[in-house]
Amino acid sequence: MQRRDLLKLLAVAAPLGGGTGRLMAAPAADGARLLVVFLRGAYDCANLLVPISGAASDFYRSARPGIAVPMPGEANGALPLDGDWGLHPALAGSLLPLFQKKQAAFIPFAGTNDLTRSHFETQDSIELGQALDGGRDYRSGFLNRLAGVLGGGPLTAVAPIAFTDQLPLVMRGEAKAANMALGNVGRQGIDARQSQVIAAMYRDTALAQPVAEGFAVRDEVLRSVKAEMDAASRNAMTAKGFELVARRMARLMKDRFDLGFVDVGGWDTHVGQGAGTGYLATRFEELGRGVAGFAEEMGEAAWRDTVVVVISEFGRTFRENGNKGTDHGHGTVYWVLGGGLAQAGGRVVGEQVALTQPGALFQNRDHPVLNEYRAVFGGLFARMYGLSPAQLDHVFGGVAPKDLALV
Amino acid sequence: MSFLRSPAVQNAAPTWRLLVASVVALLAACSSVPTPTLAVAPADAAAQRQWLDRVSWGANADDARQVASVGVPRWLGAQLHPRPAPLPAAAQAQIDAMRISRTPLEQLARELEDQRKAADALADDDAKKAARQAYQQALNQLAREAQQRFLLRALYSPNQLQAQMTWFWMNHFNVSTRKANLRALVGDYEETAIRPHALGRFRDLLGATLRHPAMLRYLDNAQNAANRLNENYARELMELHTLGVGGGYSQDDVQALARVLTGVGVSLREDGAPPPRLRPELQAAYVRDGLFEFNPARHDMGPKTLLGAPITQRGLAEVDEALDRLARAPATAHFIANKLAVYFVADVPPPALVERMSATFQRSDGDIAAVLTTMFESPEFTASLGRKFRDPVHYVVGSVRLAYGGRVVASMDPMIGWINRMGETLYAHETPDGYPLTQDAWASAGQMTTRFEIARALGANGAVLFRGDNQAPLEKPPFPPLAESAPVRDGLPALSSATRQALAQAATPQDWNTFYLASPEHNHR
Repeated sequence: MQRRDLLKLLAVAAPLGGGTGRLMAAPAADGARLLVVFLRGAYDCANLLVPISGAASDFYRSARPGIAVPMPGEANGALPLDGDWGLHPALAGSLLPLFQKKQAAFIPFAGTNDLTRSHFETQDSIELGQALDGGRDYRSGFLNRLAGVLGGGPLTAVAPIAFTDQLPLVMRGEAKAANMALGNVGRQGIDARQSQVIAAMYRDTALAQPVAEGFAVRDEVLRSVKAEMDAASRNAMTAKGFELVARRMARLMKDRFDLGFVDVGGWDTHVGQGAGTGYLATRFEELGRGVAGFAEEMGEAAWRDTVVVVISEFGRTFRENGNKGTDHGHGTVYWVLGGGLAQAGGRVVGEQVALTQPGALFQNRDHPVLNEYRAVFGGLFARMYGLSPAQLDHVFGGVAPKDLALV
Repeated sequence: MSFLRSPAVQNAAPTWRLLVASVVALLAACSSVPTPTLAVAPADAAAQRQWLDRVSWGANADDARQVASVGVPRWLGAQLHPRPAPLPAAAQAQIDAMRISRTPLEQLARELEDQRKAADALADDDAKKAARQAYQQALNQLAREAQQRFLLRALYSPNQLQAQMTWFWMNHFNVSTRKANLRALVGDYEETAIRPHALGRFRDLLGATLRHPAMLRYLDNAQNAANRLNENYARELMELHTLGVGGGYSQDDVQALARVLTGVGVSLREDGAPPPRLRPELQAAYVRDGLFEFNPARHDMGPKTLLGAPITQRGLAEVDEALDRLARAPATAHFIANKLAVYFVADVPPPALVERMSATFQRSDGDIAAVLTTMFESPEFTASLGRKFRDPVHYVVGSVRLAYGGRVVASMDPMIGWINRMGETLYAHETPDGYPLTQDAWASAGQMTTRFEIARALGANGAVLFRGDNQAPLEKPPFPPLAESAPVRDGLPALSSATRQALAQAATPQDWNTFYLASPEHNHR
C-alpha cells in the first residue's frame, strides 16, 4: 500500500502542502530559478570528493595507486572541506570559494537504483525520472513535469529552456520548453517577415509549437548576445568554452528563463584520467570556472534565488582499472550551488558511509547509492517552490521526498 | 538481357548520355540478380517521389528518371545487391585526389606516427609547437577527407541504398574523431569495415568492426589485457552493437566478454617485422593482419562462461565464438530489426513489422538485404512514406540533391558547415550510441530555427557549393532553380494548402526556395 495512495490522501487533506517545505525566497517562489547541469559520461566522483582521513583515506589510496589525488598539503593535493573530505585541487579558484561562502554543498552516495551501468540507459532513466519497474514514457521528462506543475501554481509563469542543440529527454513533455545551444550563436538569416510565413506553414502541424518557440528564443538570445558583444568591445574579458556558455546562460536566466538545463560531456575516463593534474583535472577546472562564472554573472540578488544542481548518470569504479582509468560504477556525488543555500551550504550532506574496506563497496566495486536522486530532487523542489505532496507526486510518482534542507 | 533493347534506352542515346552510362552501370549491377519479384510499386508520380525520398538520400531528377525507366522492382533489386558503379567523373576525381584514397592505412598510420614522434623529439620549443600543429592539421585533413568522400557518395552514388546503409552502420558502430588519432582511421574504417558489408551479413559486419583499429582504439580494447581488464568495448558490444540493453546479459557477461577480448589490439609494426617475443607455447597463437593484432601474451587464457554457456575455443578463436553467439542471439535479430525500422519506417515502428523483419534476420542468418526486402515490401513501409522526419544529414544531402541534381558540388565546406550547425557532425558523435534516429531529437525549437537558416542559405545562396575557393565571386544567379526541378513539380499536388500559401507569398525566387526547403513536407522523407 501504497505510498502513492497515501500521498494522494495527504494531498487532499493538505492541498497547499503546509509542512512539506518552505518558500525559498520571500515573498514568493516567483523569483526562484533552477539550473540542472548534467555531466554526461559518469564522472569519477572519487577524485572530486576525496576521503582524507583514517582508514577511508588508506583504502582510497590503495585502490587507486596510479590515480589517487594526493593528500592535503602534498603537491596538487586535495583541498580539505571538513575532517573527512577533500576537494579536487583543480577547483581551488572556483568551487572552493563558493563552498567557503556557504554557497555550495555536496551530496555523495547520490544516484539512481538503475543498475544497468549503461550510460545511455541510465541517462535516459534519470532524465525521465520515472519508477524503474514500470514501462517508460519517453515523452515525459522530470523537468518538464516540474514545469507543468509550477506553471499551474507557485509560479505565475514558468519559462523552461535547455541550453543544448537538441531538446533533452528531461525537458520533453507536455509543457512547452525551448532549447538553444549558446556556444555558437550566429547572425540572424531569416528576417521577421520570413519567420512569420514559415511559422504559418507549421501552424496546423505537430511542429507548430517548437517552430514558434524557436523564433521567439532566437530573438531573445540575439538581444542578449548583442549586449555581450557591446560589452566585449569595451575591453571586457571574453570567456571561452563552457564558461562562455555558462555566463550566457546566467544572463538569460536572470532576465527571461527560470528553469534551465545544460549538459557537459567528456567524463567517460576509461584510460589515463590523471590524479591531481591531468585529463580529469582539466575537465574539473573548466566546469568549476563555468559554475563560478554563472554565479558571478547572475549578480548577487538573482543568485540568492537560484539553485544549480550538478549531476551525472552514475559514478565510476572505486578501484582504478588496468589503464589508470576507471570503469562504469554506481553512486556518484551531486553538487548543489546557490546564493541562498540554507544549513547545507559549506557542507557535505546526505546519508553517508565510510568506505574503509572492500565489503563497504557496492558489489565490491562501486560507491553505494544512499541518496536516491528522485527523493533528493523531490525534497529540493518542495523547499524551493513549496510544492504540495500531490504536485511532487506528479513530478516523481510514488517517491517520498528526502529533505536535506538544501535551501 | 532483354532490358538492353528497351525503348527507353534506345531513345536516350544522343541527349541522355549520362543517363545511358548510369543505366549501363545499373544493368551490370542487375546481372546476377534473379528476375525481380519484389512486391513494391508506388502508385503515381507523387508516391514514387516519396518512395525515392526514403530509399535514396533524397529524390533527384536523375534517379527519378532511372526509376521510371527500369521500374521500381528492378531498380530496388540493384540497390539491394549493389555492384561497383561509377560516380560522375568530377566527383570521382575529387575522391581520387584524397590522401585517404592514395595511401593504404598501414602506411598512413606509420607516417603519422613518425610525424608525431619527430615533432615530440624537437628540442626547440617553437619548432616543436609548429610541428605538433602540422601533425594535428594532417589529422584534421584526413577526417575532413572522409567527410567529403562520404558526402560525394551520398550525393552522387548510383548505389544510393548502400550509401544510406553505410551511414546507418557507421552510426550503429559509432567511433568518434574527437578521440585520440581516430581522425586518421575513420576513413578506412568506413571504406573497409563498414561499406563492403552494409548490405551483406551482419556477422561479417560485426567481425569487420571488431578487427578495425578505429573501433579497438575508440572503445579502449587496444588496452584491454589479462589482469588489466578494460570493460568498455565488451559492454558496448553487447549493449549497442548486438543484444541491446535488456537483451539478457549481466555484469558477469560483460566481464567474461572483456576477458575474451583481452589481447585483441593494434600494432604499428611493419608487415615483415618479426612478432613480439613470446613464450614458445604462445607463438602459434599470435595473429597480425594489417594493424590488427592478437597478442596471446596479453590474453586471459582461463576458462570463461558467456551468456550461460562455456566458451569452448581458445585464443583468438574465442572472439569468433563469442561473436557467433552474439550475432545469432534472437535478441540481436530483434534489436537490429527494430533499429532498421526506426531508421526507415517510423520512430515507433509497427511491432508486427519488426517481428517479421526479425524473423527474416534469423531465417537468413543475418542477411541485411533480406531483412530490408521484408521491410520494403511491407504495407507498413508504404503507409509510412512522407512521415519520417529528416535528421540533419538527411536534410542537407536531400536538399542539395533536390536543388542541384547530378551537378557535382565543387566545395563541400558549406554542406559540412550546415551539418555541423545542426549538431550531427559526421564521425564526431562522442559516445558510442551514435546519433539518435527519431524526430524528438531533431525537431526541437532550436533545431528548427537553425534548419530554417540553412534553408535560406541554400535557397538564396546555393552557388557557394560550386566555387573552388571561398573568395571567388558567386555565379549568377546564386540560387538553385528549385521551382523548375521535376521532383519538386511532381510533389506540388501533395503539398498542404498552408505550404502553398506560403510559397505564393514569396517575393523572390530566393524566398520561394527558402520557404520550400523550410516546409513541413520537405522536412520529412
